[in-house]
Amino acid sequence: MKSLFGKILNTPIVTESFSRAAEDRQIEIIAGEIDARVRKLLGRSLHIREVDAGSCNGCEIEITALSNPYYDLERFGLHFVASPRHADCLLVTGPVTRNMAEPLRLTYEATPDPKIVVAVGDCARDCGVFKGSYAVVGSVDKVIPVDVVVPGCPPEPIDILRGILMAIDRLPSSR
Amino acid sequence: MIVKALFLVMITAWIAGAIASLVTGRGVIARSVTALGACVGSAACLLLGVTALVTGQSLTLNSTRLLPVSGLMLRLDGLGAFFLVIIGLVGLASAIYGYGYSANYEGRYSLRMAGAMLNLLLLALGLQVMAYNALTFLIAWEAMSLSAYWLVLTEHDKTETVRAAVWYIAMTHAGFAALMAMFLLMAGGDLTTSFEGMRSNAAALSSTLRNVIFVLGLFGFGSKAGIVPLHVWLPMAHPVAPSHVSALMSGVVIKMGIYGLARVTLDLLGGGPVWWGVVVLGVGAISALLGVLYALMEHDLKRLLAYHSVENIGIILIGIGAGLVFHSYGLTSLAALGFIGGLYHTLNHACFKGLLFLGAGSVLHGTHTRNMEEMGGLIKRMPVTALCFLIGAIAISGLPPLNGFASEWLVFQSLLGGFNIPRPEVAVIMPVAVGMLALTSGLAAACFVKAFGITFLAIPRSREAEQASEAPFSMRAGMAILALACVALGLAPFIVVPALGRVLAGLGGLPDTHPAFTLKLSLATPGGASRVSPALLALGTLIILGLIPLALRALRANRRLRFGDSWGCGRIGQTPRMEYTATSFAEPLRRVFAELYRPTKELTIDFHPESKYFVQSIEYKSEITPWFEKYVYEPCLWLVRLLAVNVRRLQSGSLHLYLVYVAIALVILLLSARW
Amino acid sequence: MTGYLLEIGQAALALLLAPGLVGFIRVVKARLQGRRGAPPWQPYYDLRKLFGKEAVVSRNASWLFRFAPYLIFATTVVVTMLVPLVAAPLPFDAVGDLLTVVYLMLLGTFFLALAGLDPGTAFGGMGASREMTVAAIAEPTIALAIFGLAVGAGSTNLGQIVAQTLSHPGAVINPGHLLGFAALFIVTLAETGRLPVDNPATHLELTMIHEAMTLEYSGRYLALIEWAAGLKLLIFFSLLSNLFLPWGVATALTPGALAIAVIALIAKLALLGLAVALIETRIAKLRLFRVPELLGVSFVLALLSVTSSFLLR
Repeated sequence: MKSLFGKILNTPIVTESFSRAAEDRQIEIIAGEIDARVRKLLGRSLHIREVDAGSCNGCEIEITALSNPYYDLERFGLHFVASPRHADCLLVTGPVTRNMAEPLRLTYEATPDPKIVVAVGDCARDCGVFKGSYAVVGSVDKVIPVDVVVPGCPPEPIDILRGILMAIDRLPSSR
Repeated sequence: MIVKALFLVMITAWIAGAIASLVTGRGVIARSVTALGACVGSAACLLLGVTALVTGQSLTLNSTRLLPVSGLMLRLDGLGAFFLVIIGLVGLASAIYGYGYSANYEGRYSLRMAGAMLNLLLLALGLQVMAYNALTFLIAWEAMSLSAYWLVLTEHDKTETVRAAVWYIAMTHAGFAALMAMFLLMAGGDLTTSFEGMRSNAAALSSTLRNVIFVLGLFGFGSKAGIVPLHVWLPMAHPVAPSHVSALMSGVVIKMGIYGLARVTLDLLGGGPVWWGVVVLGVGAISALLGVLYALMEHDLKRLLAYHSVENIGIILIGIGAGLVFHSYGLTSLAALGFIGGLYHTLNHACFKGLLFLGAGSVLHGTHTRNMEEMGGLIKRMPVTALCFLIGAIAISGLPPLNGFASEWLVFQSLLGGFNIPRPEVAVIMPVAVGMLALTSGLAAACFVKAFGITFLAIPRSREAEQASEAPFSMRAGMAILALACVALGLAPFIVVPALGRVLAGLGGLPDTHPAFTLKLSLATPGGASRVSPALLALGTLIILGLIPLALRALRANRRLRFGDSWGCGRIGQTPRMEYTATSFAEPLRRVFAELYRPTKELTIDFHPESKYFVQSIEYKSEITPWFEKYVYEPCLWLVRLLAVNVRRLQSGSLHLYLVYVAIALVILLLSARW
Repeated sequence: MTGYLLEIGQAALALLLAPGLVGFIRVVKARLQGRRGAPPWQPYYDLRKLFGKEAVVSRNASWLFRFAPYLIFATTVVVTMLVPLVAAPLPFDAVGDLLTVVYLMLLGTFFLALAGLDPGTAFGGMGASREMTVAAIAEPTIALAIFGLAVGAGSTNLGQIVAQTLSHPGAVINPGHLLGFAALFIVTLAETGRLPVDNPATHLELTMIHEAMTLEYSGRYLALIEWAAGLKLLIFFSLLSNLFLPWGVATALTPGALAIAVIALIAKLALLGLAVALIETRIAKLRLFRVPELLGVSFVLALLSVTSSFLLR
């Protein structure tokens, strides 16, 4: 007990400032047009449901890193949720395999409007290295409408964060 | 005299209903006359009870010369009038319900006897609470038991029914023997002594004799009420009877045990030493807890409700036991609070348990099964039944603002007065009882989430449940009467409790307490210290319920509603096999109380002949250990069988030996007559 | 008239503070985890967003599913009008006492459990079953804690219990009092779904109790249920603080006393929130079948508290 609280007291807040982390990012994030009203509604509180549509889990590891103290997506009002009914944003990874096409569509149906979809990774953009495989149906936008694509294999957590924040128009201008 | 007129209407209607049912025998006419007789009689009974309570009038009838029933005495007083209200209310609802329900029995079973016995049961119940000497009491008691036995046997082609009826009649007669002994002791050998005579004799009885009388009374009345360990017949007999009879039995017949106990201990004996109250309190607390624990594990809907009757009898006895304890310490206003709580719970339990059994009967009528694991989704096919069952479920869980909460609140408040008891070792029993009562009500709420949720909600689990149809109008009407009673008794306890106070006034030396426990629209403890007003609570909740949509509209919240599939993590399709079952719902509690349940488990797995990695079928069977049947009743039955086998040796078959028996018996009789 | 205004004001204050309390606990936990975390007013943004979303409802569910959030919210708001948040005695003391508060919240739990069963999913059934188990086993402790408080005050009337403790300050360090506080604290953790009984931030359905029942809810229904859960947390915290340490509660209805009472309430809530955040950081969640053991411990503490207040009178 003493060692845990001792450790807590000796460790500072390690969250990195966003602008410093996103300073030299070059990756081009492909963002579609999202309705201003939707951006206003979801701007301060975006609940995210992550869907793995057949990915190799490389993107998942980067996404998991978003909850750690360095990236801390919670400070922007973002929060991961368990049920798509609670979600405003679907974070989809992976080339959509044949087995995950229908579940992905069901997840999209289960999410209440208004919602946005962020496709993460090269596989989600255009099937990546699995393009042409017998097991994939196509990229995510062949199954559900996509608003933002974050390319990379895997993209770094800061780019994923940039993509999500770009979707709701909450990129910190000077932080 | 309106009271006398109502009494005559009541008796005539029931007798006429019985005779008419015997005469007409079958068809709509038989059902109609049965229902009509029972209805009119019950309505008159209800009015009689209410009038007697409100106006305070009483009625006395003696029949010294009416052979062969000479020596009958009837007198209606406050306590009797209160129980007449219970009989009338539940009887009315059951009679109306029975009209529609017994249509199922057309052509299969005899409506003749069922109808006649229903009316006779009601008659016996009505006379029971007006009995004013031991003879009348015992005759009415036996008539009640026998007519109930006949009614339990309505569906006599099922072995389960016959077995239940045998247990029922055996236990009720064991109780009857105890009662007869008790009355003989109280009346000094003459069963035609009036209760008034017994009251004046009571002071002269030695304390050992009073204790024996109390124990016999507890055994006799307790076996009728269904206290633990005398409860085993209840979960057998109540499920197999026709549902309106189950409602009547659970709602009224077992309350006759409470009536008898109150009458004998409080009225005739005028209270007793502390240990009486402690024993009743202890028995009540144990019955309440064990009743609800066994109810949790049941997935037969009516058996679950029967075990809940055991639980609620326990709660009633907690109130009455607390009252007796306070009475023996002379704390009369707390004693009155305890008795009023117990008696009020008697009325409330009759209403919501009757309602629940009628609801279970509707479900049985619609799905032809009592097994909860085969039901589901009935709220959409049987909306009225579902709503009535929900009201009953909320009431029995003791949730505000319905009637279960009002009476449990009173029982809690009487237990909370326990710190006034001078002896700390007795006073400490009260908090233990509080803990057990709270655990019971929490478990009851859990059990009824299961009972209502698995039966009515989600997706139908079987063909029958998919095609279930709503109950006919008469059945819905019967349920609606009791549902309205539950709501009314819950919202307006300040009308009922003063009447109960009048019932108790003067009984066993209790003062007149009718102003003490209500204050304007709320229930209150003596001195007005703690108060609750279910009516205002309900009003407040309704106002806020109405304000929420208005507020949402004002805030311009999104009011769109879209229907979709249940979220199942993206699985394709949803079958009833994916839902929760009754057994799985109760599984955490089964684990928590595993020491009590001692569940046994049998698991048989059939593997595919080609490979043991593929399973063809799995059979899982789990049972809980029936403690009382196994360790109390089986040994008793074994002993009785042993005795019977040995006594059979007397029946050698030889005529000469039998003649010798006759001669010996004659000699003994002549000798004993001489002395 | 002032009585009604006070009651409505109290309910409004509770509604206003509840999401802030939840947010405060979250931000303290975040800081203890070494990260910035969302600001304490994040739950207000969440609620505003949820009210702007549509509601998706399962086809298998019935009217009960759509009715339950309203009933849960309404009963919880009624309870906020009965508990002594800023003033004691309250004009609505005659409407409900401590027993009423407990059973009104059990009514909300009852309907939430039914709503969990309604869509016919396994998760909802599991959440309902676990929630009712925990609620049932926590009942005896709550009843005994009420008994212990009632023994001292002579009734279960909330105003009177507060008045009793205010007039006998020495009773605060009574063993009965302290044991009762400990017992009720454990029950608070159980009833409001906090670690070690239930993890409010978990995503694993098999570890959920309260969250599992709300998996099917969305939009305004979810907003009402989340708000009601925050209110329940606030109610339990204020019962813990104002029944056992009532200093700061206004006994007279003057603006000065009420202002002090509001500040005192916020301070007490913050303190208890800090304690809960520290406990949640330190303790891991108990597996479900160990929870009855924990509640058994709290029951024994409550029984000891009552027995000692009997014997030490």
